Amino acid sequence: MTAPTSVALSVPSTAPPPPRLVGDLAIWLVILMELATFGLMFVGFAWARRSHPDVFAQGQAQLHLTAGTINTLLLVGGSWCVARALQALRHQHMAVGRVWLVAALATALAFLVLKSMEFRERFAQGIDLDTNVFWTLFLLLTGFHFLHVLVAAVLLALVLWHAGAARPGAFNLHGAETAGVFWHMVDLLWLVLFPLVYVMR
Amino acid sequence: MNERRRIDAVAIVLVVGTLVSAWLGEGQPGTLPRALAAVVLLLALVKGTLVALDFMELKSAPPLWRRAVLGWLVGVVLLIVLAWS
Repeated sequence: MTAPTSVALSVPSTAPPPPRLVGDLAIWLVILMELATFGLMFVGFAWARRSHPDVFAQGQAQLHLTAGTINTLLLVGGSWCVARALQALRHQHMAVGRVWLVAALATALAFLVLKSMEFRERFAQGIDLDTNVFWTLFLLLTGFHFLHVLVAAVLLALVLWHAGAARPGAFNLHGAETAGVFWHMVDLLWLVLFPLVYVMR
Repeated sequence: MNERRRIDAVAIVLVVGTLVSAWLGEGQPGTLPRALAAVVLLLALVKGTLVALDFMELKSAPPLWRRAVLGWLVGVVLLIVLAWS
């Protein structure tokens, strides 16, 4: 932010940097599509709840708020790690960045394990997509989100590998930013999903 | 250093907001009262805005992108409120 070389170029230090979209334009187009898709599902869930209050009350009463809360904390914690990782990588602190990326991956894996256990419990109860409108929407919504966490984790793992393999100065920061923005979107989606599905019952 | 502190501060707000939401939901044996539901959604709005502006770094992005994501968040929350009322 305050590069000493800029003084010699007489660039006014107060001038704000030009607007910049962090991450690749392609990922932002994907993000717009994802927001639209999940937005429709969220609103669909809320309105189906209005039409079938009894089915939803019964279904939501069976959800584990604590598990949902832990999952939220894991994703939020993951976002913190990703943000700190990028901050370190931008300053070429590769080792520090890798530690934060490993921590972020750990939160993603913990989320996936916890959510898998929740799904397994449901399937063991004989609940599936055809059970009723609540479980159909619940499984579609959280299942689709689960897949996105999986993709985000793979992207972070690729960044981690690249951060270890790249020669000094040859690190693809743009790619890391792109993966980071995707992760944060997955977190953003869950921040709406969590109150809607787990808390507002 | 400043940037790191900002990231940490945002993360703390996200964690506290999540715990408050869970606590509000946990304390209710039956249906969540409307007023509490409104607080929970408001917290989601605040948390989502922080993630969008600080973590997705939309605060320094071209305004159209910032408006698109924040507009999505506000729109979805409003439609959920409408469905609940």
